[in-house]
Amino acid sequence: MSMQRRSFIRGTLAGSAVGVAVSAGLLTPRSVFAEWPSKAFEAKTVDDALMGAYETTAAAESGDITVKAPDIAENGAVVPVTVETSLSGVSTMSIIAEKNPSPLVAKYVLGPNTEGYISMRIKMGKTSNVTAVVEAGGKLYKASKEVKVTIGGCGG
Amino acid sequence: MAKGIKVRAKVQDGVATIKSLMSHPMETGGRKDKKTGEPIPAHFIQEVTAEINGKNVLTGYWSGGVSKNPYLSFKVKGAKAGDKLKLAWVDNKGESDSIEETIS
Repeated sequence: MSMQRRSFIRGTLAGSAVGVAVSAGLLTPRSVFAEWPSKAFEAKTVDDALMGAYETTAAAESGDITVKAPDIAENGAVVPVTVETSLSGVSTMSIIAEKNPSPLVAKYVLGPNTEGYISMRIKMGKTSNVTAVVEAGGKLYKASKEVKVTIGGCGG
Repeated sequence: MAKGIKVRAKVQDGVATIKSLMSHPMETGGRKDKKTGEPIPAHFIQEVTAEINGKNVLTGYWSGGVSKNPYLSFKVKGAKAGDKLKLAWVDNKGESDSIEETIS
């Protein structure tokens, strides 16, 4: 094969859609799936969920975390929850609905410039505490708010 | 183009607030079809990632406990108008979607 043909083929592969997509991070490598904390999400109790997500259940109550959620959720399928913290050095934030069949609902890993603020909507099976766990400076902190649920949202 | 993600990103006082709405059934796997009694298989977004100018700013790991058609809002310091935001998700079936938006 001539040198010209070889470099043409090499150039074509490098410029191909697949090659560009992988290098641009648009095609997610399968290793990403290994990072989804399955043990934490399959846990049926709050303690097991914390162990799965953080390998500890030790979290200090903190007045520097606010959990904004309705006092009464008419529709347990869509409960708006906003967690905000003034703690510095926040690396992760998690949201737990204590009496859900699987209490851990979400765990976020924050970039260095991302603020300690997450707003989302969760399902709640019944009245329970919604607990936010914030990892800052290598330690865990938490705050809770009770949300009364009139119609459960887990569909069971 | 993204089938089902809407995103808005605005900077105020040096902080970009990103608000997004993703279309997804978010089935927990615990529901049963009312007519047949058959369980509806779990189908939910497992991972959401956000990047600004190619750098990861947030990774969210989700369970089926996140509401259907998920809403997500977060804030990033130091982002500027003109920066490129990319939001993407992958679900438990390996399906995915993404959107790119310029921060205003």
